[in-house]
Amino acid sequence: MRISSSKIFHALGLTAVVVFSLFPFLWMVAASFKTQGDILASPPVWLFTPTLQNYAEIFADTKVSGAIINSLIVATFSTLLAVLLGAPAAFALARYEFRGKSDLWFWFISNRMISPIVLALPVYLLAIQTGLLDTHLVLILIYLTFQLPIVVWIVTDQFKSIPADLEQAARLDGADQFTIFRKIYLTLGAPGIAVSAIFSFIFSWNELLYALVLTRRNVQTAPVVATSFMSGYELPWGKIMATGTVIVLPVTIFALIVSRHMVRGLTMGATK
Amino acid sequence: MSDAATTAARRKPNRGYGRWTPALFLAPAVLTLLLIGIYPTLFALVTSFRRYNITRPREGFPFIGFENYANVLSDSTFWSSLFLTAKFYVTVLPIQVVLGLVIALLLHKPGMGLLKSLARVTLVVPLATTYAVVGLIGRLIFNRDFGVANQFAGFLGLGPIDWLSTPDGAFAAIAIMDVWQWTPFCALIFLAGLSMVPGEIEEAARLETSSKLALLRHVQLPYLLPGLTAVMILRSADVLKLFDMVFVMTRGGPGSATDLISIYIQRVGFRIFDLGTASAQAILLLILTIIISRLYIRLLYREVH
Repeated sequence: MRISSSKIFHALGLTAVVVFSLFPFLWMVAASFKTQGDILASPPVWLFTPTLQNYAEIFADTKVSGAIINSLIVATFSTLLAVLLGAPAAFALARYEFRGKSDLWFWFISNRMISPIVLALPVYLLAIQTGLLDTHLVLILIYLTFQLPIVVWIVTDQFKSIPADLEQAARLDGADQFTIFRKIYLTLGAPGIAVSAIFSFIFSWNELLYALVLTRRNVQTAPVVATSFMSGYELPWGKIMATGTVIVLPVTIFALIVSRHMVRGLTMGATK
Repeated sequence: MSDAATTAARRKPNRGYGRWTPALFLAPAVLTLLLIGIYPTLFALVTSFRRYNITRPREGFPFIGFENYANVLSDSTFWSSLFLTAKFYVTVLPIQVVLGLVIALLLHKPGMGLLKSLARVTLVVPLATTYAVVGLIGRLIFNRDFGVANQFAGFLGLGPIDWLSTPDGAFAAIAIMDVWQWTPFCALIFLAGLSMVPGEIEEAARLETSSKLALLRHVQLPYLLPGLTAVMILRSADVLKLFDMVFVMTRGGPGSATDLISIYIQRVGFRIFDLGTASAQAILLLILTIIISRLYIRLLYREVH
């Protein structure tokens, strides 16, 4: 009897975890299928006739679709750059000993902690001076400040797990370090590189502060546009929630793919 | 540098094993970070010593020494904003740690395979939700007239709460959304800690004592401590940089009830356009962050990479 009651509590507890994790998210998704009348009903309605009106409206709205395209461009190119620059650095950190290595490592990790407002101020001024304000390029470059450390960390970790014998065998065959990097590390390290790319993509897709400060009309990203709906008297709640759902859905799927690595990605590997 | 590096590499019989080889691999990433990270930081440092209000360009941007820093350090709103950030941290952290630990223990307990996997996977959802969208959800849930939070409050016999337009209500609302988003982070870290306990030790301890608390304290706690340290330090850095969710939900208001440090600096810089003062504040924030990340590395990276 005691065993079964403990089992019941276990099941109830786990169900509570599922409800806790999903409720706010599902409440948004539900609101995205409600009419304005249903959303404004008090007390809130739990059962309603779903409508696709909100989605029809946001997909017809060039502001929303444009913003999603901007987000895609920025997140894709900054991720590509982060991997292109980060993977060789990870190779050096995983395979060589050199002076200043721990300082370098400290610097990479510190970047994970710095508030974006610290860089947003000077980059805003520099972007005005160079004419880069409101371009994709400025966002792609600034996103590298947090993407590169993530890529370098995860990929270094993966590269370290590649057995050194493989490398020695290749050396005996006369392969140089560049060949070894390409043929052995990039190939066998591909899973880690993919995970790091997914994290990079998620972080840059989700970013708001830089995008808010460094864009005007042309390259507003999805979070900026979703935020901009939040002014005026009669808020278009259904549209707002539909936009929110469209923004969150792709990254949620990505996050589920890398869920096993979530902790490593968020702590820079301090706990395994 | 790359020329010297390639010649150095060529002189060796085996190409690519020179002293400069690591530098070649590192150079692209390091140069990029110098350009996009260090250069703007130095620029901010220079700006912090100038009077720099871009709404008044006629006055020029003269150097004024430490005047901005003196102003910031004697500015009571800056200090109250830092104090509020600290208050937010000590409010959310204990809740996240306790809830996170409970969730981790539920997930670590044997049995309930399918439900457990489901719970484990759903924990990722809050973590992945775009921070700005968390703010939008907060606006929906905590709306005074039709928000579901007031429906729940009603079940508990509480009258409709004016969440977002009263100081305490707004602070509570952003704290609840932060707890929702970051408790899973603590849970997953603690779960990783629990699974490090060697199976036979845990089995033996379970035979010795039936007290879950004794098991937690004597067997599992040592494995949880590194995770707890990581959580405490990372969350402090995260609260210092918290912007998106709060900006969307309250813009720091009502009044200055949710004016956390990053929100405050953003307002000084981009609403008042006093970039000299804002830069000085940002540099002070940066120094604080560097101390925190030093601590993080000192305590958590045993092997220096």
